[in-house]
Amino acid sequence: MAVKKLNPTTLFAWVILILCAAYLIVPLLTQFDYSLRMRRDVLSFDAYTSVLSTNPDDNGQGIPRFYTSLLFSTLMAFFTILVSILIIVPTAYWVNYRVPKFKPVMDFFTVLPFAIPGIVLTFGYLRTYSAQPFALTNTEVGTAVILIGGYTIGVMPYTYRAVDTGLRAIDVRTLTEAARSLGAGWGDIILRVILPNLRVAVLSASLLTFAIAIGEYTLANFLFPDERAFGSYMAAVGRNRIFEPAALTIISYALVWVCVLVIQRVARGTDQTQAASIR
Amino acid sequence: MQVTLDHPPAPALPIRRVSLAWVGVLPFLLFAFIFLLFPSLTILTNSFRDRQGAFTLDNLSGIFTPSILQSYGVSIQISLVTAILGAGLGALLAWAITIGGLPRAIRGWVITFCSVAANFGGIPLAFAFITLLGRTGALTKFLRDGIGIDLYNNGFSIYTVAGLTLAYLYFQFPLMVLIMVPAFDGLRREWREAAANLGGSTLDFWRHVGIPILLPSFLGSTVLLFGNAFGAFATAEALTGSKVDVITRVISRQIRGDVLYNPGLSYALALGMIVILAISITLYVWLQRRTARWLR
Amino acid sequence: MAFLELSNLHKAFGPTTAVENFDLDVQRGEFVSFLGPSGCGKTTTMRMVAGFETPTQGSIKIDNAEITGVPPNKRNVGMVFQSYALFPHMSVSDNIAFGLKIARKPASEIHQRVSDMLALIKMQALGNRYPHQLSGGQQQRVALARAIAIRPQVLLLDEPLSALDAKIRLELRNEIRAIQQQLGITTIYVTHDQEEAMSLSDRVVVMCEGRMEQVGTPFEIYNFPRTAFVASFVGTLNVLHGTLQEAAGDRVLIEGLPPGAMIRLARTLPGGRAGEGVIVNLRPEAVQIGSPATHDPTPVEHDNVLPAVIEQITFLGSVVRVKLRVGTQHLLADLFNNPSLVLPKLGEKVTIRFSPDACRIL
Repeated sequence: MAVKKLNPTTLFAWVILILCAAYLIVPLLTQFDYSLRMRRDVLSFDAYTSVLSTNPDDNGQGIPRFYTSLLFSTLMAFFTILVSILIIVPTAYWVNYRVPKFKPVMDFFTVLPFAIPGIVLTFGYLRTYSAQPFALTNTEVGTAVILIGGYTIGVMPYTYRAVDTGLRAIDVRTLTEAARSLGAGWGDIILRVILPNLRVAVLSASLLTFAIAIGEYTLANFLFPDERAFGSYMAAVGRNRIFEPAALTIISYALVWVCVLVIQRVARGTDQTQAASIR
Repeated sequence: MQVTLDHPPAPALPIRRVSLAWVGVLPFLLFAFIFLLFPSLTILTNSFRDRQGAFTLDNLSGIFTPSILQSYGVSIQISLVTAILGAGLGALLAWAITIGGLPRAIRGWVITFCSVAANFGGIPLAFAFITLLGRTGALTKFLRDGIGIDLYNNGFSIYTVAGLTLAYLYFQFPLMVLIMVPAFDGLRREWREAAANLGGSTLDFWRHVGIPILLPSFLGSTVLLFGNAFGAFATAEALTGSKVDVITRVISRQIRGDVLYNPGLSYALALGMIVILAISITLYVWLQRRTARWLR
Repeated sequence: MAFLELSNLHKAFGPTTAVENFDLDVQRGEFVSFLGPSGCGKTTTMRMVAGFETPTQGSIKIDNAEITGVPPNKRNVGMVFQSYALFPHMSVSDNIAFGLKIARKPASEIHQRVSDMLALIKMQALGNRYPHQLSGGQQQRVALARAIAIRPQVLLLDEPLSALDAKIRLELRNEIRAIQQQLGITTIYVTHDQEEAMSLSDRVVVMCEGRMEQVGTPFEIYNFPRTAFVASFVGTLNVLHGTLQEAAGDRVLIEGLPPGAMIRLARTLPGGRAGEGVIVNLRPEAVQIGSPATHDPTPVEHDNVLPAVIEQITFLGSVVRVKLRVGTQHLLADLFNNPSLVLPKLGEKVTIRFSPDACRIL
């Protein structure tokens, strides 16, 4: 690209860019500005300190709910990632290597979650599993199981696609045969040969899961009405307070930003444009 | 859950080896059944059951009441509008950062912003738009005091369908950008050169080559955007609440125990959503396949 | 007046010069190859003719009309791309018809021309196929037909065969040349494969690092290379190091051999100083092998004769390539295959002969 001509096309491109940039940035700027105005007439980080060191929505004592709820959602994300890896990686590997005929079925399953949005899934889970004979929602662990299962299904299209792309980039068949000729069993193959080559895919999927989990409201709120998830916490703060919600918005936005940046750095050069919505 | 085969079974008959290999996908199938298929099945079957458990179509006909039809209508309307607007704006931005001639450095930033924005929804997004365009929002004040346009006196409110549309667009068009950038990248430079070489102007290229090739991808993504908006709940709940009764909110009330005159109706409502989304997904897959066929 | 005139073409990308001092006159109907390694500027030069690169300096004329500033879609220059660049959503017929449709030719003319083209590339039955249903060779044929359909003044081919298998490459190569000769289109062919360039072209332009090294017929380029680069790039070349015996003389002592084994050159070197290092270049087919025991070619007067030892024998089909050690240096000799040939044994001491005319100093 030698000369940058300012022809009408490029001008139009710039106009589009500025328009879209404004749309995306202005709401955040106003939100950020708002979050600094908790103390009258002065810009301060009071809203942030309030959120990070107290419980703004009920002036309670103890550890600020910011941390407990963030921890809870992070924990849920962690288990979701674990379950995803345990289930999806071996399956993707097996489909790639041994049962390619199953691919269309997998394609179907990775598209199915789009037909069953969060609220419908939540409805389905509660009607199916909270009543007898399952009664999962009677115990904390049982409820958490549903949450983790729901999250896993929710991120499954992206996780599977990331892992599948990663697998196709390495020659799964040849690597497996080489490993087997050297005496490796299936567990060894997955742990020592396949997973190390999927680091990028797994990391991207994990970060995406985390970003989704901390913002997720629907499933978490209905399964845990005591509002222990981070999304529920944000909603609770939003009901009663004015400035702290803005601070939380900025914080959650920053967290997602960090996740995306890490994904992009890690996935540099590979074909991974991840997109998911919390709605 | 683990893949359990330690070594392939001794090949007595070829048939047996193949069928045993399918065991490897069993964990996934089980998982998908428990957390996806079975709940959906519950919804499906209960849509056709009345209080006594007998088969009935009453639940389905119960959908056709004014308030429920209106909820579906509002949801479909918002989804269509944000899908079309989001697709248009997103495609333009994707064009701008790929072929449009913007500096390469900008592309990376735009993709990062769009990745974040596509994931940014629900409660925080609602907060942001209230702060922006609420009655005492920053932009509202600026337009009133700085430019003289008084939004709220002229009938605008962020707590309406229009407001929700604006908020949805925030994650719709970035999603479109993320999907369309690879599609624009896939328009090989040689096709443009070949078209020029054969006498075609830029307009000729877009009319005969560029747009036809991109169209399935574009349409498919629009459909995806529709589904994305249709299933959204948290943003609507947090921003407009009961003022805009999208169908997802109606369903959420069923979960909270709002007693409808007909409990089976709640299942039918969920089924209705699934059917609409299933149709759009089928459309999306069909359109994607058309693109893939050409761009091997 | 030449049909295609490239005058003093320069192309720089920022600080890097891709092409410099490129001057070429191409006659109507001539087939010229641009030959050289990657990065030598051959593709850039061609793209300047097509209009996809603007020369930093210099001019391009076709049929006496200046086209240097003319946009690519107005030049009527047909191009065949390395990656075929067929429009994936159009059938073969639609691809071929594209240029004609853009030019708004009447439907009957388009239909006729497309049939003619399909017949020319021998794909009459495949008009309704789509590119992804065709093999590489078929796609390239369609790309050729598409470029020719608009009856271009000049046809440009950018390494059209490099993505194909060896066998298809050979077939297609001949087809391209046959079609070109049949239609008489002035053609420029870019390639890094010297065999391709030599077998197809009326003339070859050898390029290196943006400069023209030599222009000539394949015969001239091969037998009378003007620079060391051309000599080594085209065909195989032997390199012998030696020292000039007398000032401005014609006798060279090959390094590593006893003083008695001197060779004569065809001409004296007027500027040479005594004892100066000299590089003698020699084609393998010019070297004959004489073995005291088995094979003794008819001795020719004034031939250079040197002792050598057989190190390796490679059977290449029609040619037998023998690697010999001459003193401390190595030499390749190509012998025509012949069932009655008695091959020397490895390690055997032989003599080699070559004419002074075969020696090149570059």
